Amino acid sequence: MLDSKIPKGDIKDKWANHCFDVKLVNPANKRKFDIIVVGTGLAGAAAAASLAELGYNVKAFCFHDSARRAHSVAAQGGVNAAKNYKNEADSVRRLFYDTIKGGDFRAREANVHRLAEVSVNIIDQAVAQGVPFAREYGGLLDNRSFGGAQVSRTFYARGQTGQQLLYGAVSALNRQVGLGKVKLYTRHDMLDVVMIDGQARGIVTRDMVSGEITSHSGHAVVLATGGYGNVFYLSTNAKASNATAIWRAHKKGAFFGNPCFTQIHPTCIPASGDYQSKLTLMSESLRNDGRVWVPLKADDKRSPETIPENERDYFLERKYPAFGNLVPRDIAARNIKEVCDEGRGVGPNKQASYLDFAESIKRLGEDTVRARYGNLFEMYEKITGENPYKTPMRIYPAVHYTMGGLWVDYNLMTTIPGLYATGEANFSDHGANRLGASALMQGLADGYFVVPVTIGNYLATLGFNKIDENHPAFKEAVDKVKENTKLLIGINGKQTPDEIHRKLGKIMWDNVGMARNKEGLEKAIAEIKKLKEEFWSDVKVMGTNEEVNEQLEKANRVADFIELGQLMAEDALARNESCGGHFRTEYQTEEGEAQRDDENFMYVSAWEYKGDGAPETLHKEALEFEYVKPSQRSYK
Amino acid sequence: MESLNLTLKIWRQKNTNDKGNFVTYKVNNISTHASFLEMLDILNEDLIHKGQDPVAFAHDCREGICGSCGCMINGRAHGPESGTATCQLHMRKFKEGETITIEPWRAKAFPVLKDLVVDRGAFDRILQKGGYISVNTGAAQDANQILVGKIVADEAFTGAECIGCGACVAACPNASAMLFVGAKVSQLALLPQGAPERASRVENMVMQMDDEGFGNCTNIGACSAECPKEIGQHHIARLNREYHIAKLTSAEEGAVG
Ligand SMILES: Cc1cc2nc3c(=O)[nH]c(=O)nc-3n(C[C@H](O)[C@H](O)[C@H](O)COP(=O)(O)OP(=O)(O)OC[C@H]3O[C@@H](n4cnc5c(N)ncnc54)[C@H](O)[C@@H]3O)c2cc1C
Ligand code: SF4
Ligand code: FES
Repeated sequence: MLDSKIPKGDIKDKWANHCFDVKLVNPANKRKFDIIVVGTGLAGAAAAASLAELGYNVKAFCFHDSARRAHSVAAQGGVNAAKNYKNEADSVRRLFYDTIKGGDFRAREANVHRLAEVSVNIIDQAVAQGVPFAREYGGLLDNRSFGGAQVSRTFYARGQTGQQLLYGAVSALNRQVGLGKVKLYTRHDMLDVVMIDGQARGIVTRDMVSGEITSHSGHAVVLATGGYGNVFYLSTNAKASNATAIWRAHKKGAFFGNPCFTQIHPTCIPASGDYQSKLTLMSESLRNDGRVWVPLKADDKRSPETIPENERDYFLERKYPAFGNLVPRDIAARNIKEVCDEGRGVGPNKQASYLDFAESIKRLGEDTVRARYGNLFEMYEKITGENPYKTPMRIYPAVHYTMGGLWVDYNLMTTIPGLYATGEANFSDHGANRLGASALMQGLADGYFVVPVTIGNYLATLGFNKIDENHPAFKEAVDKVKENTKLLIGINGKQTPDEIHRKLGKIMWDNVGMARNKEGLEKAIAEIKKLKEEFWSDVKVMGTNEEVNEQLEKANRVADFIELGQLMAEDALARNESCGGHFRTEYQTEEGEAQRDDENFMYVSAWEYKGDGAPETLHKEALEFEYVKPSQRSYK
Repeated sequence: MESLNLTLKIWRQKNTNDKGNFVTYKVNNISTHASFLEMLDILNEDLIHKGQDPVAFAHDCREGICGSCGCMINGRAHGPESGTATCQLHMRKFKEGETITIEPWRAKAFPVLKDLVVDRGAFDRILQKGGYISVNTGAAQDANQILVGKIVADEAFTGAECIGCGACVAACPNASAMLFVGAKVSQLALLPQGAPERASRVENMVMQMDDEGFGNCTNIGACSAECPKEIGQHHIARLNREYHIAKLTSAEEGAVG
């Protein structure tokens, strides 16, 4: 049985009680423990720094050349916190409520409440580190609003909030590196978990410059390796974002939670050609002042400025008057797809909607709009060659975030003892749809405030016996990775890793994307199985292991994306309901909104790996809603 | 959609010890809407199909924010468009039939690892010496207890924006890292939170900068001109001022202590 280990007591007291109940490691003993943290994004850098500050020895890993380049750096819009600095009747309870509702009642109440509680500490911590959040003239912090909320609780640093929060967390990490409490391994790709007696005891890495494959031991391992949106090939994720660390942990016994819960972000710059290598997000914050519309008539070829007001359809404002353009992402994305499917899309291939700032520029002046969104407008212009101050942006939905991830209990421990997952790599807090500005909050909450407490509880019971690096498990794991590397290079087929990855992406986008159904999912599963065979017989990996070799890195990642892609489709097929970002066309309300089936599907799916090619076993963690009554989500 | 046929002269170098040389390639039918890195992707896929080693280049976000990418394009760091990282450069900035020369950053402190990929670890080692405010997790006061006026906060932000790409070093004839270091020192010196460590921070960071083999600043200004985040040279002025004040205070402290 899956035990989520939720502490007893009223929801308001659970975390405090837990902090009191956990076993502590005596300060003098902490230095006898080695903790491995993989990933230096918000979740990883925050955890590594905080654990080192507590006195543990930390080994931190990332595949980037510097901790500062983790994909968190690209987050634009902001970070939520229940500070209520705006006197808008915001509270921990309201943030908790909004997040549970936004997730369409598929997240664990206790976790989400804890997240809302510690959200306020995150802002304090970041400001103390020197993170330059936006301020008002009086010197106080400024806020803006984000989708799915009716209060302004989002803290931001221009359009570069993730960058600034990451630099704050990485500065704390750098300080510990300087003090010798963290040993930082950059350009190291983690390729496996080392298990001894059912516990996680280390990892295997490949040095991405020399090619050396080695193992590292620790008393516990934290995976903070980010999301897996790149299964779709095209997404807003960075090119090297990948699922390898969590997928290989999954194959060693960590259950995978809600793999099919993917977030498609409504406002991204549309693809321009088949060479397209990634998609660029236009932050949700733009929907504060930008209005989403398409022409009323299908096939309207006029340029947007010449279309009169009464021939435009501001479809979000029309259908959702209470939230307007700021409805949650899943709803906005589906509505944009719908108007494009009706033939009312705009741009060269009619797969786009307008995001129009003309009215805001008139109301606020171009300078104010520039101050708020200047860098996003510039980015748009660099990519498209069009000036959004003059002509509306064209936007289309794109894969952006994965709510699914390794299944973790309340302590953020996976089903492998000693193996933790934090940040986007776990499935925990966002249910079936994540609200804007909540991923940064979650990554930092996990890293600064949750894992440093919960990991101590595990270590206190473990005892600080040194781990024997001569244990055969280490050598075995290293040999396996070496063998796999040889195998990949030896195939010497005809297709590049990217070519196969693009094929996978197309299967996923067409069948496991914004709208899914039984037939399409079954087709996808069959096609992915074939693609897996194709990969292992026809991939071409140029070069050798003993050099900088991006092709080899990609091949490893694509191999894992293919298997994970199949599990995503299986999970989507098994969930015969619609909820949040998981939209099964068979299950919708009369108004075309997601139709949940609480009676049969109010659970987290947690999949267990059963060996190569064998069907995975579905375990269920039942969800209980004691504090927020599940209802049909409405943003009207 | 317009497309371009181009000649590329690319620096190829197997590893740090290899001597390296330019190799010429042709690419055809490149859409003007493609990004510069997408053009290199197309070249690489083509090379692989011909059984040749693809060109190694650093990249990740392709949104101009992670600081991974960067090469000399026709002699300019990050290419012809100002305020733009290599990944944000698009092919509409080039002309039909053009020859484009592509090289790695060249600086003693940034050894080449392969082709266009260099090791910028020196930057991190500088930051590890003082590019932070010493505050442990959990020790922070309520965020609004620290007031920072909007003008000061905005100015601190202009330093905080540095993405650590290294273009400033590559553009500088002396391979100086003063703009990179200045940006961080300036951000932290401006904020009230950074005040207690102001002197030791700048001294330690500058010492590490010198140890890494970066050159001196002679006020040429190429760094700012090529910086994708348009970090201003006044941050270097602030760095110099901070450094001199720090030297004075530590001399005084020495006299007292
Ligand atoms: C364009 C964009 C904009 C966004 N904007 C916002 C926003 O405004 N607000 C918000 O709340 N959220 C936003 N998000 C979501 C948010 O940025 C991410 O969910 C979050 O930053 C993930 O942080 P993380 O620490 O979990 O992982 P990441 O930051 O992705 O870090 C992953 C780390 O793991 C390392 N790693 C991965 N695999 C391996 C391996 N095999 N071996 C070694 N190291 C490995 C990497 O090197 C990296 O250090 C945005 C996301 C995108 C794509
Ligand atoms: S100062 Fe500018 S050029 Fe130099 S590293 Fe920072 S962003 Fe790059
Ligand atoms: S690839 Fe990230 S800045 Fe260019």
